[in-house]
Amino acid sequence: MHLRTLLAIWTGKGVLATTRLVGRGGTSLPGAVARRLAPDVLRELSRQPRHGVITITGTNGKTTTAKMLSAMCEAAGWPVTHNRAGANLISGLTTAFLQSASWTGRVGGAVALLEVDEATMPRACEEIRPRAAVVTNFFPDQLDRFGELDRTVNFVGRGLEFLARGAKVALNADDPNCAALGARGSFTPLYYGLQDVSVGQGEVSQAADTKRCVQCGTAYEYEVCYYEHLGKYSCPRCGHRRPQPAVYADRIWQMDSRGTNLHVVTPAGDFEVRLQIPGLYNVYNALAAAAGAIALGLPLEAIRKGLEKTTSQFGRMERIRLADRNVFMALVKNAAGFNSVLQTVMQAEGEKNLVICLNDLEADGTDISWLWDVDFESLASRQEEIRFVICSGLRAEDMAVRLKYAGLDLAKLTVTADLGEALDQGLERVQPGGILYILPTYTAMLQMRGIIEKRGHARKYWEV
Amino acid sequence: MERPRLRIAWLYPEYTSRYGDRGNIIVLVQRARWRGLEPEVVQVGLGQRADFHQFDLVHFGGGQDRELEIVAEDFLKVKGSSLGEAIREGLPVLAVCGGFQMLGSHFRTPEGETLRCSGILDLWTESSDQRMTGNVIIESDLWGKPRTVVGFENHSGRTYLGRGLKPLGRVLRGHGNNSRDRMEGVVFKNCVGTYLHGPVLPKNPHLADWLLMRAVQRRYGDQVPFPPVNDELEERAHRAILQRFGPH
Repeated sequence: MHLRTLLAIWTGKGVLATTRLVGRGGTSLPGAVARRLAPDVLRELSRQPRHGVITITGTNGKTTTAKMLSAMCEAAGWPVTHNRAGANLISGLTTAFLQSASWTGRVGGAVALLEVDEATMPRACEEIRPRAAVVTNFFPDQLDRFGELDRTVNFVGRGLEFLARGAKVALNADDPNCAALGARGSFTPLYYGLQDVSVGQGEVSQAADTKRCVQCGTAYEYEVCYYEHLGKYSCPRCGHRRPQPAVYADRIWQMDSRGTNLHVVTPAGDFEVRLQIPGLYNVYNALAAAAGAIALGLPLEAIRKGLEKTTSQFGRMERIRLADRNVFMALVKNAAGFNSVLQTVMQAEGEKNLVICLNDLEADGTDISWLWDVDFESLASRQEEIRFVICSGLRAEDMAVRLKYAGLDLAKLTVTADLGEALDQGLERVQPGGILYILPTYTAMLQMRGIIEKRGHARKYWEV
Repeated sequence: MERPRLRIAWLYPEYTSRYGDRGNIIVLVQRARWRGLEPEVVQVGLGQRADFHQFDLVHFGGGQDRELEIVAEDFLKVKGSSLGEAIREGLPVLAVCGGFQMLGSHFRTPEGETLRCSGILDLWTESSDQRMTGNVIIESDLWGKPRTVVGFENHSGRTYLGRGLKPLGRVLRGHGNNSRDRMEGVVFKNCVGTYLHGPVLPKNPHLADWLLMRAVQRRYGDQVPFPPVNDELEERAHRAILQRFGPH
């Protein structure tokens, strides 16, 4: 190893220790500093993991997919180098390696799992030369103009051209844009998808650009549509169609708020598993992770165990993209749950914008006295990080009173009983690029989802 | 200048931190602070003796039914006589649910046994197989003119007041003491007993201040002022309950 690289590693690790000491996230700065001193630091460090590097990219589900893959590696006894959620630009990737490297420059992981921002893919792959990759899907954002999605797809496609020789790439067969990447580059595509029509949606909404043929622009015909534009499509004009997946779930049952049962078929064998996180989108994440694991050569039992063990650390936090705002929604139904959600929110970086929706219908519990057992005092003690709290729902006023007594500055407090108005106000007051946290009780969550979907900009979340 | 102190006893915090009654403590403390007072909360748990003459205000909540016996025994043995004396001398007390019941003479269990209580007030409780749960609105004369008090009740005991005792209010909505005589709670000197959780004080700032003001007056006379504070939010929350659950 070059002395210059070692020096960069030391400096980077020093910065890392310092940022940790002062309590800042420190996810990108150490990497940025090290890269200044030794531009090749990532190139050098990323060569080390015995089983190589796998990148995970795509619009939605990167974090969950990476988490599942990580659990699979753990089950196989492979130490993992992994970047934390959000630090998916080039400096963040570098930081992940610095973090896992010893002072002599040895990387601890036997494999590196890197969540990579789509636009960073070309540069990251050029430097890292991954042995495998996972692409989850491509969802357009509300404000995206025509063509934005294509640009995103192109970034990823260009990145995949830099993969190591003989690389395998897990691609979502049910997403036309994602599947079409299989024809680009010299890697071996490994398609994954759903094969159970019983979980399909009845109707396919039209007009979305994502539902037009990636080759000729004609509207696809869907034999079955699973989720938004994901499904079994074919072009009536040029014949472009969904490839047959090699990793798929052909039976899905017991889908409830806690998880899903599925039967997964892979080239290495099949198994049944119960996912501990809910939603069809997480079935997709599970298949993406399983396909990625097959690409890495993980044993089947480790794949099953990893899926079984992955739980949501955020409780049930959904991520929704509304206009150019990120919305996180997490159910709050009792004091303990509320406390852990608050902790999660306060751990996140950036200003906190909150909408708390409190209902007291049967399904929520008609007695809301537990609010006084929630530790809002520690929330209020960090109120310089809070931009606003909008209290909404049938018990909006109760919530506001609770926060007042917790010591929250009244100037930051708004009472807007109507959920739709509260959502609009929240979105309006969040800075572009900021995150709006919506914390509803059960029935308020159902209502809020309905409102979001009605407004049409339902880019249903994805990360759990 | 040193801020005038106010000593608040929180009885059995380990049993009353359910149903959010801890909220009553938070409200008393904050409203005292907003008046420039220096409140001090002393937790008085199981087995701990206390001289209630040292306190300016007492919160006595009640846990779940099955814990009643433990608390009842301890209260009778260790704390009852001192608190009774202090109440008769005018100590402001808020007794909620189980605490309310334990101020009485006895409690008849579901098995038909009679559990002797402190007998501080002439009231008693009989268990029933009816769970009385839901939002409550009462009208009280505590302030000269009738004012509403709102809360949430959750009890199966039916409490009856002896003839000389006044209730906290008349039930406009909900069950109240026993679901029969339309009475809710009790008031004796500066002691208030009630079945209202919610907790009761956050949405009834007038009740919180009724207790606090008496606590301040008892200790400092007119030397320490007790100015009003802005209760806009609290009153909004109070009105929201009246609008949703009030008799129309």
